[in-house]
Amino acid sequence: MNDAMVMLNLNMQAILPQTVLILFALLIMMVDAFGSGATEEHAGAKGALPWIAIVGILSAGAATAWAWGKTPVSFQGQAINDHFALSINLVVLLAALLAVLFSTSYIQKVNRQIGEYYALILLCTVGMMLMGAATDLIVLFVALEIFSLALYILTGLHRANPRSTEAAMKYFLLGAFASAFFVYGAALLYGATGATQYDAIAFIVSNGQADPYLLYAGIGLLIVGFGFKVSLVPFHMWTPDVYQGAPTPVTAFMSAGTKAAAFAGLARLLVLALPAAQPQWGWILAIFATLTMILGNLAAVRQQSLKRMLAYSTIAHAGYILAALVPGTVEGADAALFYLFTYAFMNMGAFAIIMTLEEKVGEDALQENARGLNQRAPLLAFLMAVFMFSLSGMPPLAGFFGKFFVFRAAVNGGWAWLAVVGMITSAIAAYYYLRVVVAMYFEKPSAEREATVPHTWPALQIGLAIAAAFTIVVGILPSFWAGIMQSGFGW
Amino acid sequence: MVPLNWYLGLAAFLFCCGLYTSLARRNAVAALMGIELMLNAVNLNLIAFWRHSATMDMLAGQVFTLFVIAIAAAEAAVGLALIISVYRNRKTVNLDELDMLKG
Repeated sequence: MNDAMVMLNLNMQAILPQTVLILFALLIMMVDAFGSGATEEHAGAKGALPWIAIVGILSAGAATAWAWGKTPVSFQGQAINDHFALSINLVVLLAALLAVLFSTSYIQKVNRQIGEYYALILLCTVGMMLMGAATDLIVLFVALEIFSLALYILTGLHRANPRSTEAAMKYFLLGAFASAFFVYGAALLYGATGATQYDAIAFIVSNGQADPYLLYAGIGLLIVGFGFKVSLVPFHMWTPDVYQGAPTPVTAFMSAGTKAAAFAGLARLLVLALPAAQPQWGWILAIFATLTMILGNLAAVRQQSLKRMLAYSTIAHAGYILAALVPGTVEGADAALFYLFTYAFMNMGAFAIIMTLEEKVGEDALQENARGLNQRAPLLAFLMAVFMFSLSGMPPLAGFFGKFFVFRAAVNGGWAWLAVVGMITSAIAAYYYLRVVVAMYFEKPSAEREATVPHTWPALQIGLAIAAAFTIVVGILPSFWAGIMQSGFGW
Repeated sequence: MVPLNWYLGLAAFLFCCGLYTSLARRNAVAALMGIELMLNAVNLNLIAFWRHSATMDMLAGQVFTLFVIAIAAAEAAVGLALIISVYRNRKTVNLDELDMLKG
């Protein structure tokens, strides 16, 4: 291979959306460093930081739209900007946009260094987008670490709050632990096939030239690593603690973004690089999916803290998404992608409302905080009801079609019993989602909360409007959005 | 040349040592050391695989190792910073005493 060819293949177009976001993150850090205000109340140029972040996210979205239909492969096939990667970009960018809108006046109370907050959100988004674009084990690992490291810091951002720092500590230790498993698996896969690129791995595995012991050990360890990141049972122990302790906008972003990124990486790895080993990993995933759906939903039932309840519900949703990937079909990857899309806005919307129910910044919102919300803030109660109905999978909201596509993919792939488990556990899930709705509409607030009206601010309202609009519109026009979210690996 | 399996055995042993350290030690710094040991076991694996592969001119294994080293350094930096922030709040880095979040 001569030098001219190497130069040709360094195609920056393939990572254009990521590059745009990195530039904006650097810009935010520069403005933060040099644009400090005179007093604490008037933050000077720092007031513009959220808006710079939003412009950055929208520019990256525009870059994604511009790349739609082209398929630039970059850096000798290390990353690809195919339909799947671009769809993941949209999901993750939507999550980042909502996170920035939700945090504008919240995060200043948590930590005065808001510059690093917005820069970290953008860098984290870069890592998440790279997860969807990676077609090489090395890039996959680096992307995983980029977004994980940013999330550890974001979780511990409320430095004065012992719960936030404790959550960050736990997240870091278990996350780093999982990364070690992940990279051990990647090393064994490299040893089994002698390659790190997906197409080469797929070729060698399907020809039966791979060392079976190393191959299966590697796949197993990779699944364990991913299992920690997407919080599958039995690797879910950190999830409720971290979700409860982290600042709520970060929790919202983490729940939607991490899931999208990690499942994107897993889907591409399994469907693209290891389709030949599906009879082996299909069963492992099916067992994890079953455990996750059952235990996640059962544990959510008895939670008093709303954030903890949604954390366990997140675990359960990971089980549904995994069920779509079990057959290893492209239809399954499509269904998972659509589910991740719907999950992003309905779950983030629910977290945003929980944020308004916190009495003090950084404090937990309990079930009883939601009591009688309808009398205090009817609009918020209505939106919360929409998100809860959507999360429980009621038609005609977005969540219903997410579940529908996932279960259809499982049935069409020959795993009908997984879909049955999913439907039964969805019924359990309806109980704890609807309990919140009942509390908001049919229970009286306790005496000291009777007069308190949840605090909202314009950016949060815009974010909530976006989330609610998506929840309803995607539910009404599912086929249009499913068309956009069609994976099309490499077109 | 030393057989590949010896390297793999040594790496697996190191990985298990790291695993045990990070699970059994209650001090956050020691747990972090265990994780670093696990990552270094992986590096040993990668280099051994590269050395014994048929395509030694493809440097994927070596490059992977360099990335793992860089990321391990970043991880250690973030981890130590988090340990300091926990210590400032609680005056302890004992993992058993970090029990505010549960349920």
